Amino acid sequence: MSLLDMIGPVMIGPSSSHTAGACRLGLVAHHLLGEAPRRALIGLHASFAKTGRGHGTHLALVAGLLGFAPDDPRLPRAFEEAQAADLRVEFKDMDLGDVHPNTALIELHGDTQHVTVQGSSTGGGAIQVTQVQGLGVNFSGAAPTVLLRYTDAVGMIARIATTIAADGVNIAALTCTRETRGGQALLAIELDAPLSAEALAFLNRWPDTNWVRLLPKLMDG
Amino acid sequence: MTLEELMNAPAPASSWVLAQDCQETGLDPHDIRAEMARRLREMRASIERGLNSDAKSITGMVGWNAKGLWDAPDVLGAPLLKRVQAYAMAVNEENARMGRIVAAPTAGSAGTIPGALIGVADHLGLPDERLVDPLILAAGVGKAISKRMFISGAAGGCQAEIGSSAAMAAAAVTELLGGTPRACVHAASLALMNSIGLVCDPVGGYVEVPCVSRNAFYAVHAVSAAQLALAQLESFIPPDEVLGAMASVGRMMPPELRETAEGGLAQTPTGLAVAARMEGKAGGEQPSGMVELPLA
Repeated sequence: MSLLDMIGPVMIGPSSSHTAGACRLGLVAHHLLGEAPRRALIGLHASFAKTGRGHGTHLALVAGLLGFAPDDPRLPRAFEEAQAADLRVEFKDMDLGDVHPNTALIELHGDTQHVTVQGSSTGGGAIQVTQVQGLGVNFSGAAPTVLLRYTDAVGMIARIATTIAADGVNIAALTCTRETRGGQALLAIELDAPLSAEALAFLNRWPDTNWVRLLPKLMDG
Repeated sequence: MTLEELMNAPAPASSWVLAQDCQETGLDPHDIRAEMARRLREMRASIERGLNSDAKSITGMVGWNAKGLWDAPDVLGAPLLKRVQAYAMAVNEENARMGRIVAAPTAGSAGTIPGALIGVADHLGLPDERLVDPLILAAGVGKAISKRMFISGAAGGCQAEIGSSAAMAAAAVTELLGGTPRACVHAASLALMNSIGLVCDPVGGYVEVPCVSRNAFYAVHAVSAAQLALAQLESFIPPDEVLGAMASVGRMMPPELRETAEGGLAQTPTGLAVAARMEGKAGGEQPSGMVELPLA
């Protein structure tokens, strides 16, 4: 918690958890997709499903998918903006199990890419992303974050960390999960500064790498 | 950082808070101050918009209160009181109509700090540059509170939201008017101890009733606390003990009174009727601008 978490965020009302936080969850999916979004299926859990509509949660999520920040004045018109941008969205009430009451599961498709993101709005506009592409992660979007999906192999994490160090960037936190030994693994690395485009491209060139994205810092200040 | 540490910090309290935060986060103090100044401008802009609009909120329960009070004659001969109340409601009505506000610390309690701090400053003719440091102190008090309890109605009832915002505002106003760190923290403590027990029972679950008027009341509450503290009056129970008491009351609060709309004002016949009307809208006819799109 920093001072700027207590006075802030600057946001479109009416609720920091149900509006600003929801928008940021949508933004995570937007950035991880990496191309124009065309179709989304959004599952809303517990309190998001029950009281979301009155708090503009649906609008905020769609605004995020379109790349609008929580203080974007277009947020209340997000459905019209989505129509204009050729993005179709379907909402569904879902029981996502033993998770935070303000949780959403987003499946987002572009023309060539797709991404799934599950995350919770934990209060005051803060979020926690708990799943990407079906694999467990744990990051908040408060720092630039590299997401990397690769085939599990000896030394991969060391090579990735070396590449990041060579770029002069410090790692703040890291989570790694894999489906099975030698199967698909997902690494989420929170950084003290954004990674350069060159380093990102380098990570992407390796044959074991399947997918790389850099999520910019979502919180201002 | 505890309230006790803040109370014994060298004056002005805001400088100490800023130095502490920079040490913890690695951020540059100039950047924090610049960002705080930007947020202050956003607060003022939301007051301006709110005072000049009578557009209805999402449910139609609020939207004309701030302008209504602002345009009304000052029958009490208390211009500060009217200004603080109108500013606070202006921000929360903007919030309720999906306008742009600064959460402080939450969106539901966003009117209290601008109402009290900007209200007092405008009443006394003080420039906005003088408000940045008090706003930093307010954030510091919020940080100290958040170390002891969750600042959300769902976790601790309305006391956790409006009680926190009033305490933050009380400290800010006290520093603005030259109060010592000790006076600032006692102002916060007085505001907190007189907010203990407030439940979160919003009608229909919307951030409108009683939230909008509650911000007017607790902005004044913050100014009252600052007035007492500036006269050297103190909180008999030490500030951190008050915080502990508030956290413990929050834990005792039944879930019905913690933002679930299952108790209090939300369960009055009128409250239930609003919930039913909006439920109808949500299921069938959408509120304006809310069109669900078919999946391709």
